[in-house]
Amino acid sequence: MASIPTQASVVVVGAGIVGNSLVHHLAELGWRDIVQVDKGPLPNPGGSTGHASNFIFPVDHSREITDLTLDSVRQYKELGVFTQSGGFEVARTQERMQELQRRMASAKAWGIESHLVTPEEVVEKVPFLDPSVIVGAFWTPTVGVVDSVGAGTMMRESAQNKGALTVSPNTEVTGIDVENGAIARVHTTKGPIETDKILIACGVWSPRIAAMAGAAIPLTPAVHQMISVGPVPQLAEQTGEISFPIVRDMDTFCYERQHGSDMEIGSYAHRAILHEPDEIPSIEAAKLSPTEMPFTDDDFDPQLEQALELMPDVLSNPDVEIRYAINGLLSLTPDGAPILGESPEVKGLWSAAAVWVKEGPGVGRAVAEWMTNGCPEVDVQGADIARFHPHQRTREHVRARTSEAFIKTYGIVHPGEQWNSDRNVRLSPMHEREKELGAVFFEVAGWERPQWYESNAPLLEEFGERVMDRTAEWDSRWWSPIINAEHLALRERAGLVDLSSFVIFDVFGPAALDAVQSIVLAQMDVSIGRVVYTPVLDETGGFRSDLTIMRLAHDRFRVVTGAAHGMVDVKWFADRLPATGTQIAELTSSWTTIGLWGPRARDILSQVTNADVSHEGFKFGTARTIEVGSLQVLASRISYVGDLGWELYIPMESGLRLWDVLTEAGTEHGLAPVGLGVYGTTGRIEKGYRAFGAELDSERSVIEVGMARPKVKSQNFVGRDAHLRHREEDPKAILCSLTVDDHTSASGEKRYMLGGEPIRSQDGQPLIDGHGHHVFVTSAGSAPSLGKHVLMAFLPPAEAVLGNQLTVVYMEEAYPVTVASIDATPLFDPSNESIRR
Amino acid sequence: MDILVCIKRIPDISGQITLDASGTDIDDSGLGHTTSAHEECAVELAIQTAAATGGKVTVLTLGPAEAVEQLRAAVGVGANDGILIETEDPGAFGPEDIAQVIGDVIRDRAEGGQSFDLVLLGNDAADTGDFQVPIRLAYDLEYPVLTGIQTLSASTGSGSDRSGSSGGGSIEARGIGPAGTEIFSLELPAVIAVQEGGVDPRYPSITGRMKAKKARIAEYVAPEPGAGNPRIGLELPPDTANEVTILGEGPDAAGALVDVLEEIGVIRS
Amino acid sequence: MTLVFVETDESGQVALTSAEALTFARTNADVLAADSFSAGVEAAVIGALTEAATEQLAALGVDRIHHLETADLEAYSAPAWAQALVDIAPETGAVLASGTPRGMELMTHVAVRTGERMAANVVAADEEGLLRQVLGGAAFERLQVGGDLQVLTLAGHACNPEETTPTTPEIFTHSPETAAEDLRVRVVRTEVETADDNDTSGLTQARAVVGAGRGVGSENGFGEVLELVDHLGGALGVSRVVTGLGWRPHTEQVGQTGSRITPDVYIACGISGAIQHMAGIEGAKTLIAINTDEESTMVQRADYAIIGDLHEVIGAVNEEIRNRRG
Repeated sequence: MASIPTQASVVVVGAGIVGNSLVHHLAELGWRDIVQVDKGPLPNPGGSTGHASNFIFPVDHSREITDLTLDSVRQYKELGVFTQSGGFEVARTQERMQELQRRMASAKAWGIESHLVTPEEVVEKVPFLDPSVIVGAFWTPTVGVVDSVGAGTMMRESAQNKGALTVSPNTEVTGIDVENGAIARVHTTKGPIETDKILIACGVWSPRIAAMAGAAIPLTPAVHQMISVGPVPQLAEQTGEISFPIVRDMDTFCYERQHGSDMEIGSYAHRAILHEPDEIPSIEAAKLSPTEMPFTDDDFDPQLEQALELMPDVLSNPDVEIRYAINGLLSLTPDGAPILGESPEVKGLWSAAAVWVKEGPGVGRAVAEWMTNGCPEVDVQGADIARFHPHQRTREHVRARTSEAFIKTYGIVHPGEQWNSDRNVRLSPMHEREKELGAVFFEVAGWERPQWYESNAPLLEEFGERVMDRTAEWDSRWWSPIINAEHLALRERAGLVDLSSFVIFDVFGPAALDAVQSIVLAQMDVSIGRVVYTPVLDETGGFRSDLTIMRLAHDRFRVVTGAAHGMVDVKWFADRLPATGTQIAELTSSWTTIGLWGPRARDILSQVTNADVSHEGFKFGTARTIEVGSLQVLASRISYVGDLGWELYIPMESGLRLWDVLTEAGTEHGLAPVGLGVYGTTGRIEKGYRAFGAELDSERSVIEVGMARPKVKSQNFVGRDAHLRHREEDPKAILCSLTVDDHTSASGEKRYMLGGEPIRSQDGQPLIDGHGHHVFVTSAGSAPSLGKHVLMAFLPPAEAVLGNQLTVVYMEEAYPVTVASIDATPLFDPSNESIRR
Repeated sequence: MDILVCIKRIPDISGQITLDASGTDIDDSGLGHTTSAHEECAVELAIQTAAATGGKVTVLTLGPAEAVEQLRAAVGVGANDGILIETEDPGAFGPEDIAQVIGDVIRDRAEGGQSFDLVLLGNDAADTGDFQVPIRLAYDLEYPVLTGIQTLSASTGSGSDRSGSSGGGSIEARGIGPAGTEIFSLELPAVIAVQEGGVDPRYPSITGRMKAKKARIAEYVAPEPGAGNPRIGLELPPDTANEVTILGEGPDAAGALVDVLEEIGVIRS
Repeated sequence: MTLVFVETDESGQVALTSAEALTFARTNADVLAADSFSAGVEAAVIGALTEAATEQLAALGVDRIHHLETADLEAYSAPAWAQALVDIAPETGAVLASGTPRGMELMTHVAVRTGERMAANVVAADEEGLLRQVLGGAAFERLQVGGDLQVLTLAGHACNPEETTPTTPEIFTHSPETAAEDLRVRVVRTEVETADDNDTSGLTQARAVVGAGRGVGSENGFGEVLELVDHLGGALGVSRVVTGLGWRPHTEQVGQTGSRITPDVYIACGISGAIQHMAGIEGAKTLIAINTDEESTMVQRADYAIIGDLHEVIGAVNEEIRNRRG
């Protein structure tokens, strides 16, 4: 038996495309003493890479995934394993054609060449396809196939040639020792390895390995069915592995991909067939490889019929036989994103799981950079393993969401689409009241959050045309004009917002000030009772987060951040605390938050408290505890909707009481319950407030988003050097707000953009910023106070000129837009009088 | 010539096997299912023979409801229809019972007007390996029987006379005997057990598979087994602690291997 | 008593497999014929009985030889031969044959005609019953035994032929009548072709067999393997995948549904060791594996192994052999 090193700088588990990319990039970045193990043999150890269909369609609605894919394609090309074939995504229905128009928007937004084509144009390139079955197609010439096993071998060998890597195939991880919350040792069938880092890149088996250390990688193995038929005479006449474009039959969730003289047909249409990582057969017991499970004919039969419709000449040939058919295992996650980064549960346990071949090398590079520099060059925060809230790591949640998500692989997914499964996991204390008010709940991080209240329908009549109703079904799906009515009610009177989903944590202890000071950009050495809104940067000066911090005491700071990203923030802070003198306590489930805003907010609050809540008595940007009846309420005078008011923090168990007290007091002032539709979109967008994940990400600097403060604090903080550098440079892009000048489409119907659309010059030319990014809409929403639809986008500095006339492309039609703000100046209430009154 | 092929749903094993909790069967939970290689050849022979004589092929199985998958798979490669004799516990049937049940169904079909000139089976099932059902079935039907047959050629003339189905004709069958290829000629109707090697079973085409989905499957409920299965339990061979001597890795180990071969004395001088 | 059907080869010698069956019958006579009056072993030979065979049978401890020879029995007919055996079979005890195609077929006919069960591929017999191979040898089935007469076949290589104190067996010559009914099916002719498509004798008799699996890569990838076969004066054996892909004829297939082989050495090249294949090579005395996967079944079960690409390794082995020849 070959021996295995007894020590390693990192043990990489898995020799599929991800593990192989990782060892390559780690070695490139200077890592040595890497040990890579796989329980299977090389070059194909039997995981999902071995049976992958290996084709790459670059366009995805997610920019993060698209960037990883484009980087992966570059790497595959460098390795000489990429063969360009072109690819069609064909539509059988008009609804799908509209989705392909949206896909065009994504293609243009990310700068990828694509075209909408007619059935006849498809047949020119794929002569055996029946054009009468389809209504059109989306053509991407840069689609191609790769040799992922070959690429992996080359990458592994490059690391070996540097003397950086020991590869040990046929070696199974049998245990992981964790000491003091950190990785200490990895046990294998060939002996133990001392290490403080394990990188789990073994796809469907990842949860099993992570569990050995007591950590979760919440993915599930799921079946993707695939058959190979041949020999096909029409294909056999061609030379090489692939000479015809790949066809994705989007409405049937199938693809047809040439493989020499065979045609591979894959399906995502069948029921979700989930497996358990512990129940995947061993290499010894598996007929093919462990991830090539027995084919279940019945599930695939409907797809055969549809494939036959699309390519009758090829597939009805009785000599074309089904030679190979598998239920191939791949990894699915509850939100569809990969699982990357260091586990928040065990120090030194890194994950690079739920990654497809199309993203493999890009993920390898990003995670290697992350491990080396603390952050990757591209933004992968949507894939951060730290994003999961506890309930999202449970088997039940993973199974429920992946079952629901499976069919969305090729589905038409509206950007606002909600999950049906595993709902009502986290309920605010006001939930029952909200139901009585006809709340329409959207879910984030398990929380049921009212998006709008049907009980506010009468406001529609009151505000009439000002609610900017939408007639197009797509534009108004997962939307209601009531949101805009609630917005106007808040602006004119007052609104009450349930903000229970905030992630809240305290940083406390003798060294708390130094700790927060070193983590965030803003000056934190402020008086007790101050509330500070601040960016959190990474080492490159890009955004890690933006959040508010209350200084509650000389040694205690309370951090309040968003639900979706909050768990990542908790880990970010925890990782950067000094060794002693500071602690973190996560208090999300202890506190509920109720927002009270609007011109009448003070009238309402003063009615229920004896505290001085006057403008002078309770200054903007301060927080203190006030009495509301018998309740002690931590009131914080800030606003993300841009109006006078407070965030009111109260222990969960008293939230309902406070809600009721405020509702009762508010009646005479016209207080309306207001949903997250206002808080998350309309309120902020007309104020130009940026949102993390939309405008703010790790690739954007503080300067580019217009949030630079006059001075930089003298104390050091993460990203300070980069930030100082950015301040000296000319920005490569500038975040602007734009208003849509005319919504009328060719059909006469008014259309409203939802975000993600490309912005082009007036004559339709693409705009490219100084980073090389094509310009796209980061956020879009109604600004009811202005009677406008507002878009945010990073423009090249030359285009960031007030009054500049540009166009936005929506569903393949151009609409005129005007640059209305070129910095953080709000379109509504530019002088912020509403807040400071 | 109308042909009946009897097939059996078996777990698709290739690697390590484990027993189920009862210890009387293998644990097939993670396994796919298939039919024996001999039976795949029997189906192929039947399809070829039926095509040559203008007849039809019916496949039959005694098994659980899921065994309809194996019937459909056979239809997918060219059989015309299927007969499922359903039982929840196929393991309760011994070879005598299986032959009896199949014989009864064949008689029942004959009464209903569907008679078979030829009944094909696999030489033995890959899982139980009893080697008996074809012969026992032949005795039950009072038909002549051959085992170990690899190819068939229907004699022209009476055999292709479909109106005289089951009314005679003969067939030439070839199999491997101790001294070479043995050629038999036998009168129909007859039972033949097929051995792999004479024909290459085809894979299903897509149209075949679609046909299979709509295949007509006649269903019977199996009676209680009579003689029963004499199986007491299954045992796995002990995990012999085999000490493999690794001679080395890659071409460098060639010398060591040649040493071993010389020691055994199998290298030609 | 126990009656053993004995097969002889063209030269009239007792087949190796029959010798195994006779040894098994003798060493298990107590169990097999427990209820019988006699624990003796009797041999049935159909067709010519040579002196050599008689001597071999004596050396194997046979008590009586039944020699059955008539014109009707000259060509093989399973019903006719089986009936001849039934006629001389004991009422209690056992009838057995080796698990050859002919042994299987005859014993089943015998079982039906005597109203008994038949147990195929038995490997052991004891008071609790019989143990037989199933799943091509990957598992054993324990059977309850009923009836007066046990009818069984012995799995190949389940026991080594062992001679004992020679006996002087009494020879009974029988000329049984064969019913016309039992001659309905018989061999009409036998085609013996040299090196024909159906000849597996090279494989089953070779002292060295080189096995090749999917790892060879393609129909044209057998060059090194065939050269090694030539150096060893042996035979090529392939896995079912290889014949399934049409790379080599079925006659070269080793395994559960191919040939079962008993060479002095079997060199498995790029064969992972599916149980169907392992079933065919159990009789190999020395097993050598060449495989990229150290954990593959074949390597784990081998006596010797080289971890590596079969083309590279065998290329080097061929070169080494050529060099040593000088």
